[in-house]
Amino acid sequence: MSAHRITAGFMPLLDGALVVAAKEKGFAEAENIDLALVRETSWANIRDRLAVGHFQVAHMLAPLPIACNLGLAPLASPMIAPMALGLGGNAVTVSNHLWDEMSAQGAAPDLNAATNGAALGRVVAERGRLGKPRLRFAVVHPHSGHNYELRYWLAACGIKPDKEVEIIILPPPLMADALETGNIDGYCVGEPWNSAAVALGRGHIATVKAAIWRSSPEKVLAAQAQWAEENPEALAALLRAVFRASLWCAEKANREELAALLANPAYVGKPVDWIMPALSGDIRTGEKIVHVDDFFVPFAKAATFPWKSHALWFYTQMVRWGQIAHTQSHAATARATYRPDLYRAALKPLGVALPGANAKVEGALKTATPVGSSGASLMLGPDGFFDGGLFDPDEIAAYIGLQEKSK
Amino acid sequence: MNVLVIDENRIRASIIEAGLSEAGHNVTLICDINGIARRIAEINPDVIVIDLGNPNRDMLENMFQLSRAVKRPVAMFVDRSDLASIEAAVDAGVSAYVVDGLKKERVKTVLDVAISRFNAYSKLARELEEARGELENRKLIERAKGILMRSRGLSEEAAYALLRKTAMNQNRKIADIAQSLITAAGLLESGEE
Repeated sequence: MSAHRITAGFMPLLDGALVVAAKEKGFAEAENIDLALVRETSWANIRDRLAVGHFQVAHMLAPLPIACNLGLAPLASPMIAPMALGLGGNAVTVSNHLWDEMSAQGAAPDLNAATNGAALGRVVAERGRLGKPRLRFAVVHPHSGHNYELRYWLAACGIKPDKEVEIIILPPPLMADALETGNIDGYCVGEPWNSAAVALGRGHIATVKAAIWRSSPEKVLAAQAQWAEENPEALAALLRAVFRASLWCAEKANREELAALLANPAYVGKPVDWIMPALSGDIRTGEKIVHVDDFFVPFAKAATFPWKSHALWFYTQMVRWGQIAHTQSHAATARATYRPDLYRAALKPLGVALPGANAKVEGALKTATPVGSSGASLMLGPDGFFDGGLFDPDEIAAYIGLQEKSK
Repeated sequence: MNVLVIDENRIRASIIEAGLSEAGHNVTLICDINGIARRIAEINPDVIVIDLGNPNRDMLENMFQLSRAVKRPVAMFVDRSDLASIEAAVDAGVSAYVVDGLKKERVKTVLDVAISRFNAYSKLARELEEARGELENRKLIERAKGILMRSRGLSEEAAYALLRKTAMNQNRKIADIAQSLITAAGLLESGEE
């Protein structure tokens, strides 16, 4: 049998780990896949090269395939998300200057989303009273988990993201420099770009994705829809390879090897010191080290399962921030982008624990909870939003209505 | 037509500019991304050309989609359905953004010029790279010959013949053999060279 040839695009980020390990640790080869990885410089390039067939699959911002299928991108061919690439992995970093202002308003180096967000709210209000310029934050892409979680956090802390602060788009490698020059006051980005700013003495980590919304989605393995339809065996083989890679990435004993692998110039190309915090969960905030359970979850809690409720939550945030109007057909497009059916079919032969449902109420699990699944037992959660919010994927209109008030 | 070329590579940018100017377009170059929103608003371009290697593409795309920077909405390439054009552009390493409502044929000429100029530049850069590599190789071989001549008392021709024979026997390039020899000699006679 001839090998499946697959080319995958990726960005130099920590959460590319699953795809990198699938190739480097031989999981792809074991599935008879000749996997080529191509490092890219922008999400737009990944999208375009997927559209013209240079790539069959790619490491991608989870909301991006949804946005493309909704026609929000300048160029798109239909895409699917048959697998997630782990949970969590981001943080919010602020400049040393802003951290001082936040500290004076009660922020502490504990990564607490509620109390540090409240301190930021007081800073924003104070600046408003004094007529100072608005704080400026950066995210990597308008259709990214970073943009939506930063806005969710700000809004839940009483800060209006479009009125009281400014949010701009910036590539991750430029963010720490922009903090230094005062061009921006903070940013929300994936690792290693938060730990990088701390290591360089340019900023403090104020909170993390896992604190804003625990066990929340970040990247997916996106596939060109037509290729996926015409090559179901190749796709299924790849999903199995990446699934095995996720298990390998989750093993504590493999952490140092994984960090060294990612530090390679062909992948993230940054020092192991910048990469380890995200893998160990020992986050250097700038003042002290805080351990975060679930900072980045490659395998546990069904971390690679493409929940339709994740797709729909991203969709509600696109509506919330005025990127698209809510209609039944738009919601259906978002829902159809995620393909848990393909995930299940591909992994079934492995006899591993798989969620039985395609969607769940997000934020409902206060503790780790066993769930009904096929095969072995499976634990999900805790998965709470820091403000106690709940997202019921069957009540999209109500959720959108509720959030309308806090724009 | 007003065409804006955003490229941090000044040489390539000039090559593209020349091509588009020859085709009768009004071309503006931006090589520095700072303050670009204001510049774009002033220029009010019909077509924007950006190289795919630009790490700021996500930022720029977002800017185009915000009506503050560009007055009219901008769509990608000539036509979403014109996959052949898009493929040629991506292969060449260029992306183009087009103001909605422009006639497809008019925009196509801009894209075609940009693609051919990008390809011409890549070819030039490749040839330059090869020439540079060749010069580098020649230097290595000269040094390796010198080492052989000194250490084994060979003539220049004999030294070259030995390098060539070794390369053929090991199925490697002469420059690789020369490199190995220079490294080994460096280790053996540390400090002498």
